[in-house]
Amino acid sequence: MELFVFVCAALMVLVGALGVVLRSNPVHAALSMVLTLFGIAVLFVSREANFLAAVQVIVYAGAIVVLFLFVIMLLGVDRAEDLRAEPLGRIQRPLAIALGLGVFAVLTTAVVRARESLRFKGEGIQTASLEDPDGNIRQIARSIFGNYVVAFELTSVLLIVAVVGTVVLARRRKSDRTSA
Amino acid sequence: MNVLSFLAIDPLLDGDLLWTPLIIVLLKVLVVFVVGLVATMLMVWFERKAIAGMQNRIGPNKAGPFGLLQTLADGIKLFFKEDLLPERADKFVFRLAPYLSFVPAFLAFAIIPLGGDFRDGNGGFVTWFGETTRVQLADPPIGVLFALAISSIAVYGIMLAGWSSGSKYPLLGSVRASAQMVSYEASLGLSLAAVILVCGTLSTSGIVDAQSSIGSWNLVATGVVPFLIFLVSATAELNRPPFDLVEAEQELVGGFNTEYSSIRFALFFLAEFMNTITMSAFIVTLFFGGPQPITIGDTTLDIPLIPNALEGTVWLLLKVLVFLYIYVWFRGTLPRFRYDQLMDLGWKFLIPASLGWFMLLAAQRLADDRGWDQWLVVPLSLAVIIIAFIMMQLAFRSSDRNREAEGVQF
Repeated sequence: MELFVFVCAALMVLVGALGVVLRSNPVHAALSMVLTLFGIAVLFVSREANFLAAVQVIVYAGAIVVLFLFVIMLLGVDRAEDLRAEPLGRIQRPLAIALGLGVFAVLTTAVVRARESLRFKGEGIQTASLEDPDGNIRQIARSIFGNYVVAFELTSVLLIVAVVGTVVLARRRKSDRTSA
Repeated sequence: MNVLSFLAIDPLLDGDLLWTPLIIVLLKVLVVFVVGLVATMLMVWFERKAIAGMQNRIGPNKAGPFGLLQTLADGIKLFFKEDLLPERADKFVFRLAPYLSFVPAFLAFAIIPLGGDFRDGNGGFVTWFGETTRVQLADPPIGVLFALAISSIAVYGIMLAGWSSGSKYPLLGSVRASAQMVSYEASLGLSLAAVILVCGTLSTSGIVDAQSSIGSWNLVATGVVPFLIFLVSATAELNRPPFDLVEAEQELVGGFNTEYSSIRFALFFLAEFMNTITMSAFIVTLFFGGPQPITIGDTTLDIPLIPNALEGTVWLLLKVLVFLYIYVWFRGTLPRFRYDQLMDLGWKFLIPASLGWFMLLAAQRLADDRGWDQWLVVPLSLAVIIIAFIMMQLAFRSSDRNREAEGVQF
């Protein structure tokens, strides 16, 4: 059962990921990404991380990709790209292949060598049960707002800075407009 | 077993997989699906009839008694119409989009407690054929988050329908839809968070279980404001009037579904009304005790002759009907918002208000836990919120003034 779920979800993730790269239409590429995100959500569920699965769908599939699509539609760049055109001369394609293989090799060695230390140690994750359906969520809340609260708050500050920066960059001053 | 734990915290699924639980689950699926379809059919009739009454018309009255079968007749007509595929449409996405809006409408219905005995600490369990279970298709531990996830998926149906039609007005409709639904999802989620904070659980049956009398209904327990915000945001999320800019006939021909015909159009139509029913049931579940009977103090209004296990369904139906009528009423009375008004209401009022109220509830709860003086904490946090609100208004005003000075229009 577990293997079956894993194979299905992994196929979803891989097909989606390939779709993002290979589909020539940006809207189709964005939809492939939704498939990938759903596959990851299924993997989360099969590991009993229900809360993460829900957040994955709400935030990534529900907000971020919707915004991608929104921008694609609003700017009208939803025409199919010609993938045969070489954007930066002939050198880029072999370079990209070499780099991709390199990253793949590094990741594989990292996973293989760190298998022992990646195996979970400690008190274990409490999963939802009949007696305590919210146990899993409570545990996540404890670690985010307890143990790692500084990192969490710093991340939110980072996001705010990014938003403010975008607004400042996108805003056109009056002098720019009159000179233009 | 670990996949099952996502579906339900339900004693039915605990233990070995036997025939009786399996058949019960299959029956539940069937009943939920059929109830959904029939309720949608009746809702369409109800809306047409009620609107007709408000406008001094008669409304559908030919097919069946009181015109009850009018929707069925319309549905059959739509089935036999020609299925058009626009030449410039993106064929795959065009075919996919109706299902993307139809399926989430039904999925969200699955987590609503449709009945059951919540009295005397029974927790909503009933016993069928010797198996203890809940009267709801699925009770995932993430409960209301599942509903949020589903409603965020529903955006895709409308958005892709408009885009894939390959025509201007549907595209405008879907661009409006995505902006509107993403904006209002934030205030929807924040007012939902107030309910979760008060109940201390995410599961829908747990939320119903916590609301045993009118005093503990979340409407009262969260202080009415989250309910109002939720109602407005839900209306916007459903794209119903006065927030139906997605299908503003006067501006956009027909909106996102202009190019659709036949059964695909019927699916959109069905999804819209199904969503209205689901959202009404969801509001009742969150704020009005769902299938709980109305209890004031110690007296419970009991419907005679009906066993307690069935009575929940009756109460739920009565409560949902009130909200369905309110939605029809909105449609009959309120004029449509302008687009900038819609965005202003969402971002400048509803989101800050729901966030502020959530903080207030959190402060009150913290004070409760620590044993601080409530009479000091609540006025103090109210004062902070009011000051923050005034500051925000001042900021809006100065930014408006700046914009006017720079001569920017929007």
